[in-house]
Amino acid sequence: MNKNFFKILRAGVNTTFQDLGRDNLYHIGIPFSGAMDNRNYLLANKLVGNKTELPVIEFAYQGPLLEYSGERINIAITGDVNFIIKRNNKEIKGVCYQVFELGNEDKLDIISTNKSVYGYLAVSGEFDLKYQWSSCSTNTKANIGANEGKKLEVGQKMNLLKINENLNMKKLDYVNTRIENLRVIKGTNFDYFSEQGKKIFFEKEFIISKLSDRMGMRLEGPKIENKVDTNIKSEGLIKGVIQVPADGNPIIMLSDHGTIGGYPKIGVVISADYDKLVQLTPGTKIKFKECDLSSAESLFKLYELETQNLISQI
Amino acid sequence: MIKNILNLGDAALYCDFGNEVNKDTNTQVIKYFKSIQNEKIEGINNLTPSYNKLIVSFDLKKTNYKNLKKKLENLNTNINDNFKSKRIEIPACSDQNFSLDIKRLEDKLKLSAEKIYENFYNKEFFCYMTGFIAGMPFLGDLDKNMRTERLETPRVKVPRGSIGLTQQFANIYTFESPGGWNIIGNTPINIFDSSNEKNPNLINPGDTIVFKRITKDQYQNYNE
Repeated sequence: MNKNFFKILRAGVNTTFQDLGRDNLYHIGIPFSGAMDNRNYLLANKLVGNKTELPVIEFAYQGPLLEYSGERINIAITGDVNFIIKRNNKEIKGVCYQVFELGNEDKLDIISTNKSVYGYLAVSGEFDLKYQWSSCSTNTKANIGANEGKKLEVGQKMNLLKINENLNMKKLDYVNTRIENLRVIKGTNFDYFSEQGKKIFFEKEFIISKLSDRMGMRLEGPKIENKVDTNIKSEGLIKGVIQVPADGNPIIMLSDHGTIGGYPKIGVVISADYDKLVQLTPGTKIKFKECDLSSAESLFKLYELETQNLISQI
Repeated sequence: MIKNILNLGDAALYCDFGNEVNKDTNTQVIKYFKSIQNEKIEGINNLTPSYNKLIVSFDLKKTNYKNLKKKLENLNTNINDNFKSKRIEIPACSDQNFSLDIKRLEDKLKLSAEKIYENFYNKEFFCYMTGFIAGMPFLGDLDKNMRTERLETPRVKVPRGSIGLTQQFANIYTFESPGGWNIIGNTPINIFDSSNEKNPNLINPGDTIVFKRITKDQYQNYNE
C-alpha cells in the first residue's frame, strides 16, 4: 500500500507534474511540454538527490498547500518562491535552493512566487505517475501525461512510489536574474513587416499581457504593421517563435504551443534566453534585441555550461 | 524538392518547398519527412511537416544548424514504398445541433444547405498534415464554390468532433478548442487516442478521407 503521500489542501493556480517533456510528436500535434524553466527544474531534482530527469511539481504564481503523510522525506523548492513549513503549531520559513525535511502531518504551504511566474517542488523520491511517450509532463490541452493530463485539484492524493534513503541537507547559493532585453533571431517572415514595423519591433517596449499561460505569452504595445499578408499557409512552430497576427500584437510561443500556426513569424527568442523569458510576469516591460545565429549558439553553450556548473556544485 | 533551407531561431531548420499548396508539393514534404524519420539523425528531436514546409527541430546541446543542414542536403529521399496511405471513411452528422455554421455557409457560398452537404459528403479528401492540436487533420481540397474564410470572431469553444471548413480545407476538432472554422457537422468517432502511443492518430498525412453522412439517430447509437 502507499504509505507515503501528499494530500492537496489547496491546488494553486496552475499546478502540474512536469519533466523534460516529450519529443518527436510535433507531426501528430503534440507539443514538447515539460518544465517551463528547465534550469530550475533540474536544480530542484539535484538538490533532493534525485536523477535530474524525474518529474517534479510545477506551480505558477500561487502554489499548492500540501499535507504530508508518511516517513521522513526531503523537499527542495527552486525559483523565487515564498513558502513555509507548518509543523505542529510552528512555522518554519522556507528558503529556495535549500533542502528541508518533511515528516508525518507536516504541511507545506507554497504561498507565492516573487516577481516571477514558475517554481518547482521536488521531493526525495518518486511520485507514482503515468508516463505517456516516456514523459509524465501534463498537457492539459490534450489531457496527456500525469494526473490524467489535468491540473492538480484540491482533495487529491499524490502517492510516492519510493523514497530516497540517503537524505542530505544540501544547499546552493543561487539567485535568479531577470532579463528584460530578450535576444531574438529574425524570423522567416521578417520581411512581411513594414520598415516602421521592423523598427518598432527592435526599438520599442512591449508589455506582457495577462493573457499568458504555458501555451503562449501575449504582448501589448505599439502595433507592428504588416505590408504583405497577415496570414501565411499554416506551418510548424517551435517554442520561442514570435508570431504577429492581424491586430499587430506579438505572441511568443511557449512550451505547450499549438504545433502549427498561420501567422507570420517576425522572430524567434534565442534558446539561451528561454528560461528567463517564461519567468517574466504580466505587466513587465520588455525589449527585443537582434542576435545573429552564431552568437545565439555561443550564448546557449555558455548558459548550458552555467547550468551544469550549478548542478555540479550541489 | 526543397527550394531552400533556412534557420528558424537557433534550434530548428526551415525547409521551404515553395509557396504552392497542392498534393504534389505536399507529397514531396511528406516523403522528405519520412526519409528523415528513417535516418534517425542524431540531435533531431522533432519534425513538423505542413502543406509546403518542413520544420526540423533539434537539440542545440547535440548538434547545430550548419551540421544538420549539410546532412539534410545530402539526404537520399528516394523512398519508393509510396508510404502507406489509407482510405478512411468518417461518419458525420449534420443535424442542426452539429452544423453550427450552415446558415453562414449558405449566405457566403450562395448555395442551399442540401447542395452544400451534397458537395461535401462522399467526396475524397487528401490529408495534408496533422497538428495544431493533437491529431487534428487538415484535409483538402474543397471545390472552388465551397471555399470561404474563417469566422470574423472565432468561437471560444468548438465542440469536440466538429468538422470545420475554411478556404480549400476541412478539419476535425479532436478536442474542444477555440477555433474559427465554419462548422458543418460532427463525427462520433475518436480521431485521436492518446492511449495508443504507437499510432495515436486515426488520420495521417497522405491518407484519403471520405465523410459519410449519418442521421441523428445513427450518431446517438454509434458504437465504434
